[in-house]
Amino acid sequence: MLRDEPTLTPLAGCTDLYVALNFGTLKDTRFLDLWRLDRLRKIELRGGALSIGALATFTDLIRSTLVRKRLPMLAAAARDVGGVQIQNRGTIGGNVANASPAGDTLPVLAAADAVVVLQQAGGIRRVPFDGFYTGYRQTVRRPGELIVGIEIPPVRGRQFFRKVGTRAAQAISKIVMAGILGPATGSGRTARIALGSVAPTVVRVPRTEAALASGASIEAVQRTLMEEIAPIDDLRSTAEYRRRVAANLLARFVCGASRG
Amino acid sequence: MPSRSVGRSVVRKEGRGKVTGAARYIDDLTFPGLIHARTIRSTIPAGEIVDVAFGFDTSGFTLVDYRDIPGRNIVALIDDDQPCLAERLVRHVAEPILLLAHADREALLAADVRIRYREAVPTYDATTSPIAFKTIAIDKGRIDQGFREADVIVEGEYRTGHQEQLYIEPNGVIAVPEHGGVTVYGSMQCPYYVHRALKVLLDLPDDKVRVVQTETGGGFGGKEEYPSMIAGHAALVAIKAQRPVKLVYDRVEDMLATTKRHPAVIRHRTGVKRDGTLTAIDIDAVIDGGAYATLSAVVLSRGVIHATGPYRCDHIRIRGRATMTNTPPNGAFRGFGAPQTQFAAEVHMDRIAEALGIDPVRIREINALRPGDRTATGQRLGRDCSALAVLRETVKRTDFKRKWRAYARLKASRCLKASRYKEGGSRGIGLSLFFHGAGFTGGGEVKLASKASLALTDRGARILVASTEIGQGTRTMHAQIVADTLGVPYDCVDVNAADTGQVPDSGPTVASRTCMVVGRILQRCAEDMRERLGRLTPREYLKRHGPLVITREYERPTDMAWDDNSYRGDAYGTYGWACDVAEIEVDRETWEVKPIAFTTVHEIGKAIHPVLALGQIEGGSAQGLGYALLEEVVMRDGRMANAQLTNYIIPTTLDTPPIDVVILENPYKHGPFGAKGVGEMPIDGPAPAAINALRNAGFDLREIPATPERVMVSEKQEPRHALHA
Amino acid sequence: MSITPIDRLEFIRITAAATSVRKDTKSGVSVAPSASVTRALALRVNGEAVRLDVDTRVTLLDALREQLQLFGTKKGCDHGQCGACTVHVNGRRVLSCLTLAVMHDDDDIITVEGLERNGVLHPVQEAFIEHDAFQCGYCTAGQIMSAAALLNEPCGPSDDDVREQMSGNLCRCGAYPNIVAAIQSARGRA
Repeated sequence: MLRDEPTLTPLAGCTDLYVALNFGTLKDTRFLDLWRLDRLRKIELRGGALSIGALATFTDLIRSTLVRKRLPMLAAAARDVGGVQIQNRGTIGGNVANASPAGDTLPVLAAADAVVVLQQAGGIRRVPFDGFYTGYRQTVRRPGELIVGIEIPPVRGRQFFRKVGTRAAQAISKIVMAGILGPATGSGRTARIALGSVAPTVVRVPRTEAALASGASIEAVQRTLMEEIAPIDDLRSTAEYRRRVAANLLARFVCGASRG
Repeated sequence: MPSRSVGRSVVRKEGRGKVTGAARYIDDLTFPGLIHARTIRSTIPAGEIVDVAFGFDTSGFTLVDYRDIPGRNIVALIDDDQPCLAERLVRHVAEPILLLAHADREALLAADVRIRYREAVPTYDATTSPIAFKTIAIDKGRIDQGFREADVIVEGEYRTGHQEQLYIEPNGVIAVPEHGGVTVYGSMQCPYYVHRALKVLLDLPDDKVRVVQTETGGGFGGKEEYPSMIAGHAALVAIKAQRPVKLVYDRVEDMLATTKRHPAVIRHRTGVKRDGTLTAIDIDAVIDGGAYATLSAVVLSRGVIHATGPYRCDHIRIRGRATMTNTPPNGAFRGFGAPQTQFAAEVHMDRIAEALGIDPVRIREINALRPGDRTATGQRLGRDCSALAVLRETVKRTDFKRKWRAYARLKASRCLKASRYKEGGSRGIGLSLFFHGAGFTGGGEVKLASKASLALTDRGARILVASTEIGQGTRTMHAQIVADTLGVPYDCVDVNAADTGQVPDSGPTVASRTCMVVGRILQRCAEDMRERLGRLTPREYLKRHGPLVITREYERPTDMAWDDNSYRGDAYGTYGWACDVAEIEVDRETWEVKPIAFTTVHEIGKAIHPVLALGQIEGGSAQGLGYALLEEVVMRDGRMANAQLTNYIIPTTLDTPPIDVVILENPYKHGPFGAKGVGEMPIDGPAPAAINALRNAGFDLREIPATPERVMVSEKQEPRHALHA
Repeated sequence: MSITPIDRLEFIRITAAATSVRKDTKSGVSVAPSASVTRALALRVNGEAVRLDVDTRVTLLDALREQLQLFGTKKGCDHGQCGACTVHVNGRRVLSCLTLAVMHDDDDIITVEGLERNGVLHPVQEAFIEHDAFQCGYCTAGQIMSAAALLNEPCGPSDDDVREQMSGNLCRCGAYPNIVAAIQSARGRA
């Protein structure tokens, strides 16, 4: 059906999509219901990678011992998504497809070098997370393609996740940060750091990561990060706040105890 | 003699209906032949309507504009300046211009109406606005002399933002044309406000307009005056279409179009002796009324009367102004001006203490009002003044002084740079002392002349009042008062619907007056009924004498006097007194403020139903913490830019700390069983307590909400020093 | 390859669920309807088999309220932000305003009207009355449905655990302390 009518928008949990519909910000009027494809809900280990079906709900992620063991920051991110009612319906595939710069799980997937698995009638292709988003709410997903899963290679190192929202729960993020701090190498440390709500898409910060790897002082690394991101003022926060909080969270992550 | 119910937490009258889903709110009702209405609103903040064009086939639609109004095109309230439907001039975004109705909601929502305007230059700054709806001056003693007596003068400017009531049930009504008039059912606080507004709008006599309150999903003031507007709209359509009409707002429309709490800018200049005694209080308060007067005059009145906080001072000058801006009209919201002015007073009080080097408790102990003292309007307080009692109880209960000193020391020793990467936050504790006048201000209750009736039934009595149940427990608490006075069990008293066709005008359900004022009238009805019954049971009396309905009217206590021209006298029959302590933690990386503990001591005369009273205090405190820390209406070009629940942030259960409530009882002699008002007072105190806690933690804020963005910036500020006289 | 592709048969099966949804305009007030398509559904609501013809654009919330006259479930925001419309779908709590009725063919739906059994209130309903865990009552059905689901979810024992699990239900009256107390008491009883 997606092949025959490629402009159909696939839907499952509807927790983002229906909001857009009700607000009229969405132009699409034809949709494809995927909710009942139970096999797309599996969370399992495959060839060393953590494989998560696109229809795995946030509740599935929170409860999965595999996720909690291998990628605890993803469970933490899922717990920060809306209330339990949203967690029961919202899916990781939907979070990825919706392509919001504020999507709670996206920095986790970006930092973990996840791979998005896309399928169309012709077959499967895999897109590294870093290359999946092309602009504000734009992805490389082609019409007729379906996100069927996310694959996450083994992660070594300390994980960090922090969402700074507009209140303690049920909040949209002002800034989200996820990071993986690898073992020390020579003078510096390998680090993979991703942020949400500071750019039109979720972003990795390669210059900041390089500064950490080079063994630069934390103050220098913070300065690099504040230059590297370009947040804006909007209804929820200010650019200055986002920059300074990003720098502080980075310091907490690098210098503090492990979280997530 | 049945066991007394007053002072016991009996089961709510409407409890079962609310937990089973059986309770019917306005959107749950329908009528045969019902059509749906939609409001077409202005998209500009100021200007003139040039023309209106319909981009759809209008057949099958009912279209209503100002020319369809049979009476006066106003929402009758105080100043009568607000049109029900704009004619030519538009003064704010979302101002109603046209009404459309259709049986099919989709067709209705798809209808495309285009309005061309000639735009004018809007006014957004209330402090410089040339138009004042109301100015008030309060003078006590001689302010110049007060400043001459001062050793130190402390000045400050404080700002509060809009606050959206955000009742979970949006505004809505159904209008049914019948008997040559109209009946309006709806979610509302004040059926007789709506009744009067409809008579004026529709040019109908009393008996052709009937207003019935349906179960109401919260009001908080947001359903005090606004329902007169939406009811007028639905009634106009119903009369033209001669069919029942439903007009229920969705969340976005409700937030964009309906009233909010008035933003305020309040300047204080205070003279004080070195020992902490206040010698002069000089206050200038400006509240932003929005585009029309609505209730701004009386909001201002309550605001300025409470502006000094509960403190004594011989020389006081207060100047208040409610001005016009091109934003949707602001209106009633729990607290009604007092939360704004007491926020300023209490944050300023901590700054005075700081300037003198004394602690926040001491400055308040020295200056708190005591029995026999006179307020700003010259009202002499009686024995029911409890400012010191609530202060001392709260301080003791929270170990305030020790914590306040400990956190202040930590702040002083904290090296920000070194602490930046450490887990944990900065803590602070803050206090606020406040009061709240119960009932209408000044001569308001006399003008209202409220009535209440009691009808004898087989089992006991039926209460007939226009006071509405909006969650606060009106039905339950009134039934308790009547049951105990009449000497029948609580279950034998029932409560009539608030239906203007059946109940007398008991005045509006506002101003913390429902228990103290209406409850007292009901008590007098019950006293008379009991006398009439003598030794007869209700059943015997009915058999022997036939139906018995007793109606009584408000009587002003003989010891009250008020002069509206000079603003001198007894502003309120009595005041409730309260003290809050908020303990907060500021995340050092994100400047997020988490309230970790909240304690409040409330003196409310008598708790008729302790659990309901606790609920009012907890709920008002939660809303007050939202006002302090989270809730910000973002106005852009006169339009609320964050008119949805994801971006206008109210507290969830996780944002609400455990709330420790203590109720003290110091009876008011004219209240039923000694009760004073309770509904509004709890929202006056949390904001200054939280902001004072932030000051204790090292963050100097003068504006709410204290969002993390504002807290971040406040950290940079150097502490400002007092001016020495 | 770690994700098994769905086979062609399954891909075709999806097509059966293709649906169209209404589109609203910016204010959230007006709707530009696309062609309406009606579908027949068979589901169980509060234990009873129900057949419904629904416009494919209709939410579960509107179908419950307007077609089945189950008015206990409330519309507080219609955007998944307040929790007032919470119902159970196959034993899990979801927001009925954020899901289409057409997606629930064959599902088991419980609303607040379905908690009471033979005139006996659900323990959560009893506890809400006992603890006065509501004021205006408009969010109450949603709170109760969330709480009833919580009894069967993994949730720690503390008040804070309950608060976290209940954070998707707003109460503007601020009855939160009593709601937490009611839920803790119902958990003790269950």
